Amino acid sequence: MPGTDRAMDADIRLRVDGELHELTVDTRTTLLDLLRERLGNTSPKKGCDHGQCGACTVLLDGERALLCLALAVSHDGAEITTADGLAPEGELHPVQQAFLDHDAFQCGYCTPGQVCSAVGVLSEVDRGWPSHATRDLTAAPELSTDEVSERMSGNLCRCAAYAHITPAVQQAGGAR
Amino acid sequence: MTELLEPRAMGRDLVRRDGVRKVRGTATYAFETPVESPAFCHPLQATVARGRITAVDTTAAEALDGVLAVVTHENAERLASTDDAELAVLQSPEVAFRGQPIGVVVAETSELARQAADLVRVTYDEQPHDSVLSADRGDLYAPEKVNPGYDTDTVQGDVDAELAASAVRVEQTYATAMVHNNPLEPHASTALWDAADGGKLTLWDSTQGVHPDRKAVCSLFGLDLERVQVVCPYVGGGFGSKGTPHANVVLVAMAARALPGRAVKLALTRQQMFTMAGYRTPTIQRMQLGADRDGRIRALALDVVEQTSRIKEFAEQTGVPARMMYTAAARRTTHRLAALDVPVPSWFRAPGECPGMFGPEVAMDELAHALGMDPVELRIRNEPDRDPETGQPWSSRHLVECLREGAERFGWAGRDPRPGVRREDGWLVGTGMASSVYPTMRQAQSTATVRFEDGRYVVEIGAADLGTGAWTVLPQIAADALDADVDDVEVRIGDTRYPIASVAGGSSGTNTWGSAIVEAARQFRGKFGRRPEDGDEAQGSVDQAATDDEHATYAFGAQFVEARVHADTGEVRVPRLLGVFACGRIVNPRTARSQFIGGMTMGLSMALHENSAWDARIGQVANHDLAEYHVTVNADVGDVQAHWIDEHDPYVNAMGIKGIGEIGIVGTAAAVVNAVFHATGVRVRHLPVTLDKILPGLP
Repeated sequence: MPGTDRAMDADIRLRVDGELHELTVDTRTTLLDLLRERLGNTSPKKGCDHGQCGACTVLLDGERALLCLALAVSHDGAEITTADGLAPEGELHPVQQAFLDHDAFQCGYCTPGQVCSAVGVLSEVDRGWPSHATRDLTAAPELSTDEVSERMSGNLCRCAAYAHITPAVQQAGGAR
Repeated sequence: MTELLEPRAMGRDLVRRDGVRKVRGTATYAFETPVESPAFCHPLQATVARGRITAVDTTAAEALDGVLAVVTHENAERLASTDDAELAVLQSPEVAFRGQPIGVVVAETSELARQAADLVRVTYDEQPHDSVLSADRGDLYAPEKVNPGYDTDTVQGDVDAELAASAVRVEQTYATAMVHNNPLEPHASTALWDAADGGKLTLWDSTQGVHPDRKAVCSLFGLDLERVQVVCPYVGGGFGSKGTPHANVVLVAMAARALPGRAVKLALTRQQMFTMAGYRTPTIQRMQLGADRDGRIRALALDVVEQTSRIKEFAEQTGVPARMMYTAAARRTTHRLAALDVPVPSWFRAPGECPGMFGPEVAMDELAHALGMDPVELRIRNEPDRDPETGQPWSSRHLVECLREGAERFGWAGRDPRPGVRREDGWLVGTGMASSVYPTMRQAQSTATVRFEDGRYVVEIGAADLGTGAWTVLPQIAADALDADVDDVEVRIGDTRYPIASVAGGSSGTNTWGSAIVEAARQFRGKFGRRPEDGDEAQGSVDQAATDDEHATYAFGAQFVEARVHADTGEVRVPRLLGVFACGRIVNPRTARSQFIGGMTMGLSMALHENSAWDARIGQVANHDLAEYHVTVNADVGDVQAHWIDEHDPYVNAMGIKGIGEIGIVGTAAAVVNAVFHATGVRVRHLPVTLDKILPGLP
């Protein structure tokens, strides 16, 4: 990279939406900026850069994670799936289809993060992870409105499509 | 009176045309524009609230390998126009508020730009600043007009005499907080200055209007319109803050012009958006209401105090809805401003109506309570048959129908009016309501082109889709105007290559652009008939002659809220929001419902959460990020319902539509406050409704 201080650089390997990248990165670079500014993958969005809005949510080694809080150098060998990598081109993941069906967005900027977060939520519920809204910690959690709303609350939507997002996630959960 | 189009595609529940790109994240927003080897910008900001820069040392920043430019007032190009002091950045060493842009660093990477910005040393001659709004200030002044051109003050009749003669009076002061638009996509741009042939600027900018944006940039830089192209297919929310360009646009254009041939990118950080991207002024609303025992209003007065920046005036028209909403024998509205050492306020969803339907709609609830009258009935009793301000007939006004249908759907009948007496599992339960209103506006200028291309109709207009659904609803309008199948219509927007279009603001976009499309379709059919040939093309513009000046044109609505307040902690939950609206025809019920519930939920956010906490010691918003500036999150909402009545208005435009982007946020906060009062007996008159304001008064 022209203009960078080599002493600050490190070599890493990353798989993003199935594609392997071998990269030299500035050790200050977040995975979010790496994807958006160097790899041309702008599916994860930058809304706050502080882990407060959820717009950069992806699946990082299978779990939902915020790319703005992840330094690239500390994720050598990681596998990242963005909303654009959830389904082959021309197809949609059931969560994406449910978001379309319920008009669970307006401006679309938080949407890839919401979608990835929802995929993570469904997986966490499948594995029996409880949330703050879980009443009975010994039973398998259900996709109730309270459960989905609680688990999706790390993803801000300023257009405020929440009342459509929750049923979309429930629909996708039922469609699995 | 206009002949209304027969709705065939209009009214259909069509999925968003840009939906697949949005759920995959492949819709390209301004910062994301793919360009060859872009450079990255980071703004420098003033660290004093008022003063003068005495020295700038950029040595260490420029010594960093990879730093391409450090632009400050010492080396920035002189702008052709400095009339707009918010946009006249880097033109002088003066500092008018903390966080004002004082420079921009451009570097090979975003990390370097930020590092270099930290290395710039700025010395100031700091002066005392004054940034505290109060109704007691001695320097309050009356602006010449309030946004966008309404009278500052109005008086009808003798308010004092009518007030004195009233059997029941409510005299209270209400306040709304300073709030920031905070679209999820920050204010961001990609810019490229091609110096060849006298120069051309391509600006991919997140804007609510590519044409108004271009006009502003051309004026600032002294460029002819054909030397600037603005492109913006998608906007990650704006809510007014991208309706006019802010300083970030000037910075990125300056950076691009400093590096000809090199694309540059600039996105404000979330923190920077609290100083550079506009906000809604806090408002102080002194309200006087007087009525007879039967509820008829004799006196209605609203005196508003709010702030603007010392360098640029923006006068929020908070008193305006009180001029037309209800009958009153006498009426007064006034606006007074304090010009402070603060960032420049600007448009935020429903400027005027949103704050201006807070104080009066809470006062109506207080009046109903004082009269022992149902608040729905009080509003119906004061329904004016003509616009009280102008005396004009309404083009259509179905507030009463909204109130009745809302009450029916919500289950309002039989409501026990006593506050603080319903308790369920430790929660105090109450219900409240308020009215909504928003003017129906059409902008003066918009043009559309219709062309027949490969067996399809292509419509081009430089309009914007902020998530509002323009990509989807404009084809529906065009299809009906052309009497064609909606699948055979393609609409292209978001680029100054397409004909001029007005800003997506004032809920006027679909009205204005749709009117231009209808006229273009009429021209097209007139010229080419039903069997056009490939390449046939016609243009049409908004027809000012068709604008109805004889009627008062407004959309109306009624909102109902259930609030639960924890009897021990004062925590407020709102399990139900229900709105019924009368907004003319609805072009697409799917996207419309999202706009209504989005507005209502943002109103809930204003009611319970949003508050830019001003630190007067240093002159800045203390909670300037999304962890501390709270907005409604998923778990804060419950059942949110939007309904509408089938309204036919032949006076507004050929589509019979009124605009729906803003009315949803109007009245919600008052309805929440009224429901909290009904639940607890505590009347919170200063937003937001936080538990510290409720706890001391809990039963």
